[in-house]
Amino acid sequence: MAAQSHGGNRFIWQQAVPVLFGIACLFAVVVLLEILIRFGFINRFIVPTPLDIVGSFGRIIVDEHVGSRFLLTFGEALGATALLTVFGISFGVLLHRVRLIRLATETWIAAVASAPLVLMYPLFLVIFGRSALTIIMMGFVSALPPVILKTLEGLSSTRPVLINVGRSFKLTPSQLYWKILFPAALPTIFVGVRLGMIFALINIVGVEFLINFGGLGQLVNELSERYDLPGTYAAICFVILVSVVFFIVTERIEKWLRPGA
Amino acid sequence: MAETGRLTAPAAAGGWAALPLSRRVLLLRVFIIAGLVVIWEAVAASGLLFRDVVPSLVTVGQALVNILTVADYKANIFGTEIMIPEFFRHLWVTAYEVLTAMLIGGLAGLTVGLALGSNPFLSGAFERFLYYLGPTPKIIFFPLMIMWFGVGPGSKIAMGTLSCFFPVVLSAAAGVRQIDKVLIRVGRSFRVNTWQMVTKIYLPAMREPIVNGVRLGLGVAVIGTLLAETKLSNQGLGYLIINAYTIFEMPRMYALLILLFGVSIAANALVGRASRAK
Repeated sequence: MAAQSHGGNRFIWQQAVPVLFGIACLFAVVVLLEILIRFGFINRFIVPTPLDIVGSFGRIIVDEHVGSRFLLTFGEALGATALLTVFGISFGVLLHRVRLIRLATETWIAAVASAPLVLMYPLFLVIFGRSALTIIMMGFVSALPPVILKTLEGLSSTRPVLINVGRSFKLTPSQLYWKILFPAALPTIFVGVRLGMIFALINIVGVEFLINFGGLGQLVNELSERYDLPGTYAAICFVILVSVVFFIVTERIEKWLRPGA
Repeated sequence: MAETGRLTAPAAAGGWAALPLSRRVLLLRVFIIAGLVVIWEAVAASGLLFRDVVPSLVTVGQALVNILTVADYKANIFGTEIMIPEFFRHLWVTAYEVLTAMLIGGLAGLTVGLALGSNPFLSGAFERFLYYLGPTPKIIFFPLMIMWFGVGPGSKIAMGTLSCFFPVVLSAAAGVRQIDKVLIRVGRSFRVNTWQMVTKIYLPAMREPIVNGVRLGLGVAVIGTLLAETKLSNQGLGYLIINAYTIFEMPRMYALLILLFGVSIAANALVGRASRAK
């Protein structure tokens, strides 16, 4: 018992020390920045002091309505995710069911995935106007290819033994899909949806920033145009925080769906 | 007549099925493209959308030809002044920004990735920060890049560098960890120094993850640079596209997007081919 406890302590120690060191280094960099800016080594009209940035958090939360902006961005991301899930998975299933369509279009989809689709935002502005619909459609289109490709990958990599078991029970094609193929592919499909959600969020915040419309992206743009430097830095920190939380939550869901992965 | 009908129907059905698979794939591709062209032209002619929002493909084609052939810019190439299409000047600016960003971000990412991958303590201390910062939307840093590097190419290069650093560093760190331990032990048994370890063992053994990282990095560097150009610039492909939008030259904008996607897909395929080459 004592040896086991000793081993456990050593494991925690080995894990905790690097993490604490990393956090300490981050803290040290922040303190060093504060000192360098206060003593004029870094121009405070280009980089505000960390204390000024922390101080402006309250201001941007209250005056700039960060809560409602967050909900707007979140709503747009949710809308794009719903479209992604419906169209991405449906198209992936279609490609899996009809081999000819798959052979004809899979390389095209992979090629589109590598194209900078977000650059189409002026086109979407013309079609949908300067509205939330443009932002949602931009998030949807630029995140669609990974969802299609991952759905296809998940369905194609279902273990043949599972399909054979289904056939031995004389399942209809529809039953085979809903009882065997789809549940087996679900973890991989979720990886695709998660990737799509991350791409969609990145593009949504990016387009909000570029067209100066919507939630958190617009906040960063507005504050920078007002030359409110501490506010701009604080808003950027807030966007980073939101995307990190979003990333961690989707990662946890993925681990829950794929415990062995 | 009945006999003829009976014979023709199976022959026609068998005709499609009897075709080789590659031929059927090719035909389907042609059908899809033809279908898209017909739908596009029908929407363009229908007037359902505002005029010129969906221009005829013939107009887009003309714009594409104009962009690539009309020599309207006097360029000085190796001391000789020649007239070239202005598109190529902007393509050169964007290519220069992206390549410089790839060079700085790629080298920095590779160095940091090697350090993190080969040292578990450093990896435990710092890798999670990079892992979580990786998927944040980098374009929001653009106002800071303008403050730090100005409104010229410097801020666009910085955006590209910031974008491509994360995929390269994470791929390089993962690549180091998947190297066969035997190779590392062989290197140590020969008492090679750190530089030799990096150039003779690490880099050759992790070529594939590095190329994958560079491929991902190239994609996001292109996006970061072009988005920055659309926001604030007076040169580069991003500027050309947003300028065409601003003056509502839709055929030109479509043509530029087609060219941009073509260049990006070709660059990505080129890096992909490099990763598969022996």
